[in-house]
Amino acid sequence: MQFMLLFSRQGKLRLQKWYVPLSDKEKKKITRELVQTVLARKPKMCSFLEWRDLKIVYKRYASLYFCCAIEDQDNELITLEIIHRYVELLDKYFGSVCELDIIFNFEKAYFILDEFLLGGEAQETSKKNVLKAIEQADLLQEVRHMKQRLPAASSRRSDLHKPLRDDRPKHTHTQPDH
Amino acid sequence: MPAPIRLRELIRTIRTARTQAEEREMIQKECAAIRSSFREEDNTYRCRNVAKLLYMHMLGYPAHFGQLECLKLIASQKFTDKRIGYLGAMLLLDERQDVHLLMTNCIKNDLNHSTQYVQGLSLCTLGCMGSSEMCRDLAGEVEKLLKTSNSYLRKKAALCAVHVIRKVPELMEMFLPATKNLLSEKNHGVLHTSVVLLTEMCERSPDMLSHFRKLVPQLVRILKNLIMSGYSPEHDVSGISDPFLQVRILRLLRILGKGDDDSSEAMNDILAQVATNTETSKNVGNAILYETVLTIMDIKSESGLRVLAINILGRFLLNNDKNIRYVALTSLLKTVQTDHNAVQRHRSTIVDCLKDLDVSIKRRAMELSFALVNGNNIRGMMKELLYFLDSCDPDFKADCASGIFLAAEKYAPSKRWHIDTVMRVLTTAGSYVRDDSVPNLIQLITNSVEMHAYTVQRLYKALLDDISQQPLVQVASWCIGEYGDLLVSGQCEEEEPIQVSEDEVLDVLEGLLVSNLSTPVTRAYSLTAIMKLSTRFSSVNRIKKVVSIYGSSIDVELQQRAVEYNALFKKYDHMRPALLERMPIMEKTATNGPTDIAQTNGETDSTILDTKHLPSITHPASQVGRCNYHICFCLAGIPPMTAYNKNGLKIEFTFERSNPSPNIAVITIHATNSTEADMTEFVFQAAVPKTFQLQLLSPSSNVVPALNQGSVTQVIRVLNPQKQQLRMRIKLTYTHKGSPVQDLAEVNNFPPQSWQ
Repeated sequence: MQFMLLFSRQGKLRLQKWYVPLSDKEKKKITRELVQTVLARKPKMCSFLEWRDLKIVYKRYASLYFCCAIEDQDNELITLEIIHRYVELLDKYFGSVCELDIIFNFEKAYFILDEFLLGGEAQETSKKNVLKAIEQADLLQEVRHMKQRLPAASSRRSDLHKPLRDDRPKHTHTQPDH
Repeated sequence: MPAPIRLRELIRTIRTARTQAEEREMIQKECAAIRSSFREEDNTYRCRNVAKLLYMHMLGYPAHFGQLECLKLIASQKFTDKRIGYLGAMLLLDERQDVHLLMTNCIKNDLNHSTQYVQGLSLCTLGCMGSSEMCRDLAGEVEKLLKTSNSYLRKKAALCAVHVIRKVPELMEMFLPATKNLLSEKNHGVLHTSVVLLTEMCERSPDMLSHFRKLVPQLVRILKNLIMSGYSPEHDVSGISDPFLQVRILRLLRILGKGDDDSSEAMNDILAQVATNTETSKNVGNAILYETVLTIMDIKSESGLRVLAINILGRFLLNNDKNIRYVALTSLLKTVQTDHNAVQRHRSTIVDCLKDLDVSIKRRAMELSFALVNGNNIRGMMKELLYFLDSCDPDFKADCASGIFLAAEKYAPSKRWHIDTVMRVLTTAGSYVRDDSVPNLIQLITNSVEMHAYTVQRLYKALLDDISQQPLVQVASWCIGEYGDLLVSGQCEEEEPIQVSEDEVLDVLEGLLVSNLSTPVTRAYSLTAIMKLSTRFSSVNRIKKVVSIYGSSIDVELQQRAVEYNALFKKYDHMRPALLERMPIMEKTATNGPTDIAQTNGETDSTILDTKHLPSITHPASQVGRCNYHICFCLAGIPPMTAYNKNGLKIEFTFERSNPSPNIAVITIHATNSTEADMTEFVFQAAVPKTFQLQLLSPSSNVVPALNQGSVTQVIRVLNPQKQQLRMRIKLTYTHKGSPVQDLAEVNNFPPQSWQ
């Protein structure tokens, strides 16, 4: 994986993890272009697109887009699973995670990501182990930051409160073999 | 000074901003506060301030003044500080900054820290963004950690090692000993990262690859255990045990098995097992199947397994999930060359995908369709492809049109069908057709002698409908210029001949000259066409008038042509019929398709002695490879010359200038034989001085018939960038009356216009 971006439906960046060395300017340019491209996709289109010389895998969970750039030899379908696993981790940690959680606790979202992926590859395939490590590390913190519970009605946009669930209808059954 | 506001407070405040300007103001205010806090070297709140800075950085605001602070946080003893410090380093620093290197010492210390979570932080940072220098300095530490028994650290060290190897490939050797028993680990995290490390090493070094081949049985065993073992809650994803690990193992097996019979055989069974037993109802199962298929196709698997793999892809094509269909098409595209027949079986499903709504799926389906076209299915496939051409996005039309032309050329069941297909493309997607298709099509039309009348009639009718599509107009003008006489005499056999007069034809061509829709190139085509009609039509005066008007055209190209044609009428009227006569059948030498997959036969030109291939002479706009036709649109009037005349063998050179490139002279040799016996096995060879480059295309035949009953023609292209005087040495070999003859000669009498 070369990079992972999380952004809202309005194109606001919520998380950016780069696994390749690029200047700030280049990162901004890529982010801008890619966000535009992905937001322009219609809901019925598939989760993969070719962009420059990379494969882009993206998935929308409620109001957040999770977008990964992978290389030619990487498996797109398993990348979708990687994205899903990350969402599950966030969900378990925050308890029914929604976009606001990630906005207010972005550093924690990074910590969790860094316990799951390293250098763009999965370092731990057990959900339990990732969460355990985060828990232990949190205990080491001298200054405990309580997980920020969300201000309820003060938020203007309600979809920020929506728990991150896979937004696409499930196509799980293949047609019978001919 | 009051304590700096908390991170969450800041976030909440910034989010209340109603406008961009308001937000910017808040940010600036806070940045100022943070700056002064940094200046005061405040240890207590440094962490909080950097965290706030990181938030503002994510919003797009500059945060470089926090870089050094991140380093201070990393150096702190407090875990909270380190956590934010390392995060800040990963977000704000990259290897281009010098500050970056200052981290090295801190990371080194932290790699040896007593707390594994600190070690983890430093491993993560190094593995994510360590520069080559840092990697060089710290590789030893990473290697040490790779051998630890602590699986938490070992798995991280493995991925860190991957990064080190990517940055400094020479260091790969030093990690070799540590890989010895990586696969004996029970811990899935370590297993997964170890497989990634082994994969990286095998991809980079053939020696490593051979070395690690012995791991195949072990990998097969691990994979088997994953599939056979019962439910393992820790690693289960929808009923499948650790799909991430399965996929990585399959990928490593692919690399190890490629090109190696023994390894491929050792993994045959497990691949079959995975392929048949994996649950396909969810994406995760399909992810594993996908990887399995890729592996089966890449290694030396037995044919039964390959068929199994293709069938899996075929089932994927029928899946409701678009992602699966997309992946299937991509994989089929990769295998269509090697397992052509197996893929053919799924042709109708693939063709259905042309109607998919998703752009990426459509593109792949199109490429695959072209790869599957053959003599048997050409009619059916072409119908689908033409329909697709009609309705697809403009981005596709150029590639689709080129693909159709190529397929039609290879497999056309009849000339009439071919012309009709070409016409259909020109009329429906005429403006998207690539520029170099025009000469291709002209050549096709010229060579379909019996279809000339039909073709010119259809093209003429198309022009009456629409003159906006330039490639169509250009081909049509050319044809009318060539075959206008057939048009007015109503000789069409294939369909009802239309009644059209010379004046009507000239009206149309003149209309092209004046229309705003016509590009300069198109105008040139129509002027030349009008000129050619002067030998085919009787209304010569009208043509003379048109030609003389354009003698003062603003367009230089047009003006030049008109002036030359005028001259043709005035001074060289005796040459006019010969110059404007029908084009002979043209030789085709080589074409390359627009896609990698649809390839025609290779080139057939010959080179000899110290000649070299000419560089690719492509139209700047074209993405297609070489098109070596000599088509003269511009009759530059270089007189022919006799290059050789001895023992009954006479060789004449005629000249053309290659339009896109005036440094290239195109010479056609005409060899005739005035003796009573044929000259067989005739070979013409040429060599030029070093400042030139020469390319010899295939001869029309190698028998020069006796008594001047025919000629052998061959095209020579000479690149003369320095515009030096053209000289050539020729060598002739042939068999005459049973005995071999060989002769060398110098050709020095090239007319100046041929090289100036």
